[in-house]
Amino acid sequence: MSVNDTVDTAVNAAAKEWKPKIVAFCCNWCSYAGADLAGSSRLSYPADVKIIRVPCSCRVNPMFILKAFERGADGVILCGCHPGDCHYSTGNYYTRRRMTLLFSMLDYIGVERERTRVEWVSAAEGARFSKVMNDFVAKIHELGENVKVGDLRCKQ
Amino acid sequence: MHKIGVFVCWCGSNIAATVDIDRVVAEAKVQPGVVFAKDYQYMCSEAGQNIIKDAIKEYGLTGIVVCSCSPRMHEATFRKAASQAGLNPFMVEIANIREHCSWIHKDKEEGTEKACVLMRAAVAKVTLNTPLKAGESKVVKRALVIGGGIAGIQTALDIADAGFPVDIVEKNATIGGRMAQLDKTFPTLDCSSCILTPKMVEAKSNENIRLITYAEVEEVSGFVGSFKAKIRKKARYVKEDVCTGCGVCMSKCPSKKGLNEFNMGLNNRPAIYIPFAQAIPNVAVIDSTQCIKLNTGKCGLCEKVCTAKAIDYTQQDEFIEEEYGAIVMATGFRPIDASKFDEYSYSTCKDVVTSLELERIMNAAGPTGGVLLRPSDGKHPHSIVFIQCVGSRDVSGRGKPYCSKICCMYTAKHAMLIRDKYPDVEVHVFYIDVRTPGKNFDEFYRRAAEQYDVDYIKGQVGKVWEEDGHLVVRGVDLIANEQIILNTDMVVLATAIEPDPTARKVANMLTASIDTNDFITEAHPKLRPVESPTAGIFLSGVCQGPKDIPETVSQAGAAASKVIGLLCKDKLTTNPCVAHSDELLCNGCSCCEKVCPYGAISYDTHLINDHGVKETRRVALVNEALCQGCGACTVVCPSGAMDLKGFSNKQIMAEVEAICL
Ligand code: FES
Repeated sequence: MSVNDTVDTAVNAAAKEWKPKIVAFCCNWCSYAGADLAGSSRLSYPADVKIIRVPCSCRVNPMFILKAFERGADGVILCGCHPGDCHYSTGNYYTRRRMTLLFSMLDYIGVERERTRVEWVSAAEGARFSKVMNDFVAKIHELGENVKVGDLRCKQ
Repeated sequence: MHKIGVFVCWCGSNIAATVDIDRVVAEAKVQPGVVFAKDYQYMCSEAGQNIIKDAIKEYGLTGIVVCSCSPRMHEATFRKAASQAGLNPFMVEIANIREHCSWIHKDKEEGTEKACVLMRAAVAKVTLNTPLKAGESKVVKRALVIGGGIAGIQTALDIADAGFPVDIVEKNATIGGRMAQLDKTFPTLDCSSCILTPKMVEAKSNENIRLITYAEVEEVSGFVGSFKAKIRKKARYVKEDVCTGCGVCMSKCPSKKGLNEFNMGLNNRPAIYIPFAQAIPNVAVIDSTQCIKLNTGKCGLCEKVCTAKAIDYTQQDEFIEEEYGAIVMATGFRPIDASKFDEYSYSTCKDVVTSLELERIMNAAGPTGGVLLRPSDGKHPHSIVFIQCVGSRDVSGRGKPYCSKICCMYTAKHAMLIRDKYPDVEVHVFYIDVRTPGKNFDEFYRRAAEQYDVDYIKGQVGKVWEEDGHLVVRGVDLIANEQIILNTDMVVLATAIEPDPTARKVANMLTASIDTNDFITEAHPKLRPVESPTAGIFLSGVCQGPKDIPETVSQAGAAASKVIGLLCKDKLTTNPCVAHSDELLCNGCSCCEKVCPYGAISYDTHLINDHGVKETRRVALVNEALCQGCGACTVVCPSGAMDLKGFSNKQIMAEVEAICL
């Protein structure tokens, strides 16, 4: 009984301790600016989200996302300008297609579909940025730690 | 050996209140490569920048990270400071610990932790930065204006006034565009050609302007500062420099079946014609589909009567090739095809006309000499019904979802002019809303409704049909909430306007983006309204969105000033964060070329020394002046040869790793 109790509390503590690692790629022209706006409007979202600035969503190589999961990321989100608004006119169309493919492949190898996401956030949508991030982090919390793809060498 | 300096800004209490600055500094000091870390209250201030400059000099820093506000705010500031201290400005990275951290997190522990991670990622990135140098490209001091309507003319005049040569390419035989077809202009009711023709003459006589009429741009290559264009000058079969515009050929030409485009097809013109009396250039042109000589070899009357010997049936299309520093799109608009709206019987009843047709009927130089007559029987009408928003604000898919902006005003103008000239004519106007947000516009509309007794009916028309020689209009009056049936003599449709059909082709050629309605997209809807997102391409007039004449003219001037600003420069600096390909890895597959939105990638065969093995290979070459640095090519490259400077694969990977540590 007491043993079980201690195990339970340990598990609970571990669950409370666990902080997801979330990588957000944001295109420089819309989403990064949207994130800035979320900041200047003081619209909070969890600190687990760390943003990497890229010129355009189409700059994100699937390798970057695989690398993130390999290094223990629990979720990866990719934000770009709304379709039709890409600063480079067509970049986000490539992103959309490329990521559909990548995400279904990730799903196939066991990284749940909900751990990856593409969202369109414009420079004016600070509120939307914060909502999207809150949403995404809540989802990752539901899914728990990502254990499927990890570089075993790193764990040792 | 890296020597990285980290500078942490408090931003007063903006950052310091939620981020433990000391901890970030301490953490920074233990990062690999970091030799110096310091905090200050306001890094962007003069004193803060001096801290950075001094440290660069004292420690011989090879790269710096500034943990501060968004790079969109002060990246340029810190880059400049770095370069003043002798460090390449692209060896600077910013960790955004204000907008992305301190401002959104309340918990100091959480905020500090995140700030440390962001700092770590920036340090990881900066150790992989390479010094970059902004390139330079030349500026050809000549501009091209595509379209010779009022927008194109005004843009060209303004550019020419600043002393730069301009070419206007107009697809029709004369410049003047839609404005030349108008009778009067709102809200002042001055005659359209009286204000337009002097400008046309000015364009013709200005020594900096070259008019290339009856011509189309066929090919454009190059980039901002040095575009190359190939222009097809269609055969007119009349020598432009010889024809005196006397018009004798027009009166003698036996083929008189061609529809007069200038009069919207309301009457006919001969096969050899001058579009209208004030045409510039005032030179005849032969319609090759109508000319008997060109089609059957017989006739040749015009050649016989031409005393100037200007006719040349053997003329061929000519090509002009020229270089330009900037290109202005002024392709204009046309009214949509009203026959799509069958309920108004436009295609079956002659007395249902569009507003532009009415404009010609009202014009003294038009088919009726300016007398208002019914097209069907040439009788004087006693009642006219105007229907607004034909095809505008239409989400059914038949028309256009947008408001064409000018229709409310020109309908008020037509109604007022008719009531003024023919007080016996009853005028009814069906409208959804009357939109008059311009200087003196609402006063104008009210004058039509109040002073001239124009009957404005709020509601739409369901059907128009012909009955016993007159027209019947069935509509609703939304205010009285009843159906109304009107007997009338003429119906005028205020048709929506759409971009000229050539706009799409031209935009594709220039890689200027267009929206779903084929209007050209501006670089920023508010802050850069006359530029296209493609550098060096500018927008003038309705090709960007519906607008009236004053707006068109002001936009034309704005576009011209942007062009002048560009042409004044001797050299352009290019963004150094561009793609480049590793010759050793490139296999010449062309994948990158296909995704490049700027046509910046080409191929060449190079002699490659691959670890001692010499061979010639087809490899990709990036034109650094054209590349805008989106990175699309880097991802499609199957061999990993393409990379983006400033955002290289390694750099981004390093950031990912630092975040996931
Ligand atoms: S620039 Fe934002 S998606 Fe391309």
